[in-house]
Amino acid sequence: MEQGTKAETTGTLRVKRGLAEMLKGGVIMDVVNADQASIAEESGAVAVMALERVPADIRAHGGVARMADPSKVQEIMEAVSIPVMAKARIGHFVEAQVLQSLGVDYIDESEVLTPADNNHHIDKWAFTTPFVCGARNLGEALRRIAEGAAMIRTKGEPGTGNVVEAVTHMRRMNREIAQAAAAGDDQMMALARDMGAPVELLREVAGAGGLPVVNFAAGGIATPSDAAMMMQLGCDGIFVGSGIFKSGDPAVRARAIVEATTFYRDPEIVAKVSRNLGEAMVGIEIDDIPPGQRMQERGW
Amino acid sequence: MLALQGDVREHARMVAASGGVPREIRTPADLEGIDALIIPGGESTTIGRLATLYGLVDPLRDRISDGLPTLGTCAGMIFLSTAVTGGDQPLLGALDMMVERNAFGRQNESFECELAVEGWEDAFPAVFIRAPVVDRTAPDIEVLASHEGRPVLVRKDHVMACAFHPELTGDDRVHRMLIDLVA
Repeated sequence: MEQGTKAETTGTLRVKRGLAEMLKGGVIMDVVNADQASIAEESGAVAVMALERVPADIRAHGGVARMADPSKVQEIMEAVSIPVMAKARIGHFVEAQVLQSLGVDYIDESEVLTPADNNHHIDKWAFTTPFVCGARNLGEALRRIAEGAAMIRTKGEPGTGNVVEAVTHMRRMNREIAQAAAAGDDQMMALARDMGAPVELLREVAGAGGLPVVNFAAGGIATPSDAAMMMQLGCDGIFVGSGIFKSGDPAVRARAIVEATTFYRDPEIVAKVSRNLGEAMVGIEIDDIPPGQRMQERGW
Repeated sequence: MLALQGDVREHARMVAASGGVPREIRTPADLEGIDALIIPGGESTTIGRLATLYGLVDPLRDRISDGLPTLGTCAGMIFLSTAVTGGDQPLLGALDMMVERNAFGRQNESFECELAVEGWEDAFPAVFIRAPVVDRTAPDIEVLASHEGRPVLVRKDHVMACAFHPELTGDDRVHRMLIDLVA
C-alpha cells in the first residue's frame, strides 16, 4: 500500500476554506513581533495576525498604514508553529503577492490599513494563499466571496475596544441571511439587487441558511464577555486586535479570551476567567470618531 | 466530538449522515454515555492546552484505553499520538507513534489528492491542510494509507487516526469505519 496517490492539487476552494474551518471556535490575535507571537501561541491562539502596528496605534499614529515589513512577518512565522496571517491594503494586489511569496497562511485584505484602490478589491482567485475580508452586511460578504475570499469577518470598528459595531454587523448579517432564507425564488433577483449581492451566491445562502464560508467576529473585542457574546450571536471564532497587547496583562487576558470563546455558553466559566484581568484597553466611543476616520467605511 | 476548538460542525454533519447522533464534549461530565469519540481538526496546541486545563486528558485516556472507538483527524491524530517531533504539547498517547506537524509545509502547500486506501476499491478524496504525517509507528499499528511513502491513515484495534480531513468531503467511508466499531 505504499504506492500512494495521484497528483496533488494546491490552492483549491476546499483547501482554502478548509483552513478557516479548522480555526473555528478559536481566537486569532494581532501581534507585532516574535515575543508577542509566542505569548499568543502559548495562550492558546489558533493563529496570529502579523502586523507593524495594532489598530489602536494605527488610529493614534495617523498617516498611511501599509503591509508590515517582510522581515517582521518572517520573524513571526519563525517564532510559532500555528498559522500566520498578514494584512494587505484593500486593492493592493502587489502587497498580497509579496505576502504570498513570503508563505503566510492567510492574507487579510484589511480596512485597518489605508486603502490602495477606491474602486477595486483584490482579485483573490488569482492567489494560492487564501484571503479573509471584512464585511458589515450580507451583500458585502458575498461580493468579497465572489472575488475569492475564503473567510469573512465582521468589520466592527478596529482599534476602539468598543464591540458595538461588530455586534451591529453580526446582527445585520444574521437578519439578512434569515431574510434570504425566507424569500421565494421569485424574490431572489430583487433581493440581490437591494443587497448588491451576486444572485447565485445569494441563492446558495438562502438554500443553506448560512454563508458558504466561515465568519469570525472582529473589530473592538476587548474582554472575555465580548468574545462570548459574539460567539452566542453566531460567529465562528474571534479576532482580537488591540484588545490583548494594549491591555494591562496580555498573557492573562489572552488565555481568558481563549477560554471564553470555547465555553461561550457557560457564564460561570466566563465569570471565572474574567476575574482580576487587570486593565482593559481604553475604549473609544464610536460617535467621537469623525465619519471620515471610521475604518469600517473603507472598501465597499 | 471533542468540541474545544476546530471543525466540530463538519464531523457532526458526517456522524448524523452516517446514522449516529452527534454530541459535543467540553468537560469530563460530557463523556458520560458516549459510544464513540471523534477528535476533530483544529490547532493541536490549542486543543491540547484546553483539554489539560479542563481536566479532560486523563478521562479521555481512560475511556480510550477501556475500548471507546475513537477517530482523530489532523490535529486529532497529533493529540492521539505518543510523541510530536520538535514539540512538547499535551498528548493522549493512545497510538504508539511519532507525528510530525505541518509535515507538508505551510498553507500554500496544502493540497487535495485521490488517496489509495488498503482494502478499498475506489480512492478516497483526501484533503490535507497544513497536515501532519506519521514519522514512526510501533509495529502493531496498521497503516491503511500512505502518501509519498509516509503513513496518513492508521489504526490499532478501536483507535483510528488520519492526517487528512474526511469530514470536509462528502465521502463517509472513514466515519463509517468508526461507526462500525461501535456495533
